[in-house]
Amino acid sequence: MSTETLMPYDEALERFEPVLGLETHVELGTASKMFCGCPTTFGAPPNTHVCPVCLALPGALPTANAAAIESTIRIGLALNCSIAEWCRFARKNYFYPDMPKNYQISQYDEPLCSDGYLDVEVDGKTVRIEIERVHLEEDTGKSTHVGGATGRIHGADYSIVDYNRAGIPLVEIVTKPIPGTDRLAPEIARAYGTELREVMRGLGVSDVRMEEGSMRFDVNVSLMPRGSSEWGTRTETKNVNSLRSVERSVRGEIERQAAILAGGGRIFQETRHFHENTGTTTSGRSKEEAQDYRYFPEPDLVPIAPDTAWVASLKAALPELPSARRKRLQQEWGVSDLDMAAMHNADAIGLVEATVAAGAPPADARKWWMGELARRANEAGVPLSELLITPDQIARVCAMVAGGALNDKLARQVLEGVLNGEGSPDEVVAARGLQIVNDEGELTAIIDQVLADNAAAADKVRSGKIAAVGALVGGVMKASRGKADAGRARELLLEKLGVSE
Amino acid sequence: MSLIHKSAAELGALVAGGEVSAVEVAQAHLDRIAAVDPQVNAFLHVDVETTLGQARAVDARRAAGEDLGPLAGVPIAHKDVFTTVDMPTTAGSKILEGYRPPYDATVTRRLREAGLVILGKTNLDEFAMGSSTENSAYGPTRNPWDLNRVPGGSSGGSSAAVAAYEAPLSTGTDTGGSIRQPAAVTGIVGMKPTYGGSSRYGLIAFASSLDTPGPFARNVMDAALLHEAFSGHDAMDSTSIDAPVPSVVEAARNGDVAGLRIGVVKEFGGDGYQAGVLARFHETVELLESLGAKVVEVSCPSFTTALPAYYLIAPSEASSNLARFDAMRYGLRVGDDGTRSAEEVMALTRAAGFGPEVKRRIILGTYALSSGYYDAYYGQAQKVRTLIARDFEAAFHQVDVLVSPTTPTTAFPIGERADDPMAMYLADLCTIPTNLAGNAAISVPCGLADEDGLPVGLQVMAPVLGDDRCYRVAAAVERALEGRWGGGLLSKAPAL
Repeated sequence: MSTETLMPYDEALERFEPVLGLETHVELGTASKMFCGCPTTFGAPPNTHVCPVCLALPGALPTANAAAIESTIRIGLALNCSIAEWCRFARKNYFYPDMPKNYQISQYDEPLCSDGYLDVEVDGKTVRIEIERVHLEEDTGKSTHVGGATGRIHGADYSIVDYNRAGIPLVEIVTKPIPGTDRLAPEIARAYGTELREVMRGLGVSDVRMEEGSMRFDVNVSLMPRGSSEWGTRTETKNVNSLRSVERSVRGEIERQAAILAGGGRIFQETRHFHENTGTTTSGRSKEEAQDYRYFPEPDLVPIAPDTAWVASLKAALPELPSARRKRLQQEWGVSDLDMAAMHNADAIGLVEATVAAGAPPADARKWWMGELARRANEAGVPLSELLITPDQIARVCAMVAGGALNDKLARQVLEGVLNGEGSPDEVVAARGLQIVNDEGELTAIIDQVLADNAAAADKVRSGKIAAVGALVGGVMKASRGKADAGRARELLLEKLGVSE
Repeated sequence: MSLIHKSAAELGALVAGGEVSAVEVAQAHLDRIAAVDPQVNAFLHVDVETTLGQARAVDARRAAGEDLGPLAGVPIAHKDVFTTVDMPTTAGSKILEGYRPPYDATVTRRLREAGLVILGKTNLDEFAMGSSTENSAYGPTRNPWDLNRVPGGSSGGSSAAVAAYEAPLSTGTDTGGSIRQPAAVTGIVGMKPTYGGSSRYGLIAFASSLDTPGPFARNVMDAALLHEAFSGHDAMDSTSIDAPVPSVVEAARNGDVAGLRIGVVKEFGGDGYQAGVLARFHETVELLESLGAKVVEVSCPSFTTALPAYYLIAPSEASSNLARFDAMRYGLRVGDDGTRSAEEVMALTRAAGFGPEVKRRIILGTYALSSGYYDAYYGQAQKVRTLIARDFEAAFHQVDVLVSPTTPTTAFPIGERADDPMAMYLADLCTIPTNLAGNAAISVPCGLADEDGLPVGLQVMAPVLGDDRCYRVAAAVERALEGRWGGGLLSKAPAL
């Protein structure tokens, strides 16, 4: 891999202004593939979800999946697009072994949805991202290139292909060029990806699992010198497969292009590959040797002509969209913009909402998810949603704290137990013996012992230095292994020492 | 009369009545194939045991009291572009030599269910590209009327098999005339149904927006029975029409043209048309008039531009449809010696596996769809297509059907046009407009040309889903002419 010169980001942004463009592919979560009846479930043994149609056997014909068309229209509506009254599929012709027909059924100049927008929030500001088009197509199979250094087809000893993915419905969402992002370009790109993912989730059209490739981004970046209004040549970084990588690839590409332009070089229109491990990109195929895809209307499929009344009914039935939902929840929970943004960034809103729905007060739900659990997730390097604990369990812990059965310290131990797979909160409390000690007899015995062991401190308190009682309370808590009610212990200590506040 | 000379309807009735078994009927045809096919070369694949096995199964179904249709036990030959689970399917190409599909085409499946017994797969121009069957990778088929002449194409194996009494029925596909033209030059009936009336699922595609499966038979009723047996909506073909099948059998039985308005297409005739073809055509038009039809001349000016439009649209679609033959998943594979890339193997395989006419059309189509040429070629051709559909529409406001000679000439000698693609393409001059507009047309025998004694076909064109009108007119012509001839036209053919 070649090491390219980069210009530090701040310097790059002083000299140049970026223009972004994002293409997003989303695999729809339909039960069957786009043009045949094969299942779409991920992870099946290779080449088991195949049939004459998705293997392009001689004579096989596609038939369009109506559920996929409906999902695409709903996506278009959620992104404020116009829905075509009549449009066609088109064939995109090119030869590649993972594409069985050697053409992809896609859409060309007649997309199903066009001219929409998505508002995203960055740094407390709303940025409107214009959507050029949303169209429906089919995914290709998956090639694995074995041998060779790069994992790419060139230099490989041999390649194997899994056609399970071939024909899975894929929606492509293309933004218009996004100028004016200035130094927030990486953050805006990421915020767009995050927001889009939430829209998909909200609509229930895709599982949007980026690690399984069900949502992936192509990131276009160009730079122009400050003061210029003429956009530079763009590069397209392909298959960027996490939100973090979207942000990194924009930043990295700005730094790379800036170094080249500042050195008097020129940017070639090309596709580039993003490398997760280094955050850098390397050159792919140049657009100058680009294929002529020979698009033409797909003659095997009848045009799509969605009924206007049906589209209107889909629009009316759209679920509350993420941004509206966030506004509503913020009001309901009474939290600040900053706290809401933090929850959004941590992908915690849904978890907090579910915890509140399970009976926890919003403040407590937020405190646990954004505090202890965020810390645990961070340590484990997993998203919050992948922690082995449910909103219902958090709500139960909150209830135990509120009822006085646990204090915060014990609650943390309960959470730890649940995360370790020791069972439900109640099971962990029972197994670890974490009930707060409310038994006055047991507590009195501990206090007597602590007073005996800390005579000097006890004398200080007796002599009026009430602040010294803190050390004694600490002793009680230690002796009870945190199970004592600290407030009650303090009262009893002062009583025993004959001091009142 | 021997079993092979009986009509499909008669054979079906004999089997249904228990007078002969499906096995006996199949065996009689297999014997005929063994006797004459070495000369005719209509079949690419015959498998006696598979055929007899199917026949035995039909006999067993009948014996079990199953209610089978009118064609149960009747043998059929399938053009080798329809997939069959129990026989190879090659499309006449080396690139699919020995290929065995894992599924049945809708047409073959429905006919199997109706109890028809498959005799084998018939020869064709490679990927149905041609008008003579000379483009087959497996050698040309010969015309039973004159073994030195072509049987038409691309469905020439299917037309020759029926004309040579090797099969009472066969299937074909018609993309630019590939059923009607072979039917005309071999003296049999061939029907191109309304596009979408018969399923393309399992038909190896040449040009998706034009390809239409259809029947061949020695008489109009048999063609109608076969048409009805495989037609109708198919959820596996998006372009399949969800509407009742036109009542073609009823129309074939009726055959009454009194009061029917018939339009003679002005643009088809004159220079380039064989005198004997035009003579038979005009006589037949007069015959129809004498039977009570009202005949007028109708102009369809855009029809003269149909041929060039067709030779842009069909190759364009073909260039994409044939991309799947890449050596990766099935079929021929050339050069895979462990040192070559997938791309090189694809290129070597396609170079070795496709014949010259297929390559010519892939290159033509690839060019026509290329960036910068699309509008001038493919786009322009689609506009012509619209004009042709409008001409039909206007014509069918004036008349119920249009008629023309099916082909400008009778069967030409093998080799005569093999090196002259343009001359070959002209064989489909009169049939192509119907494919571009998607409506229905039939070819029915109307006599022999004086100069060469070879069959001439009358083409009857009807509106979309007006297939029954084709059968009605064809039945009228057949009834009147057979009365004059004292039997079918094929009775005049030399014995093989």
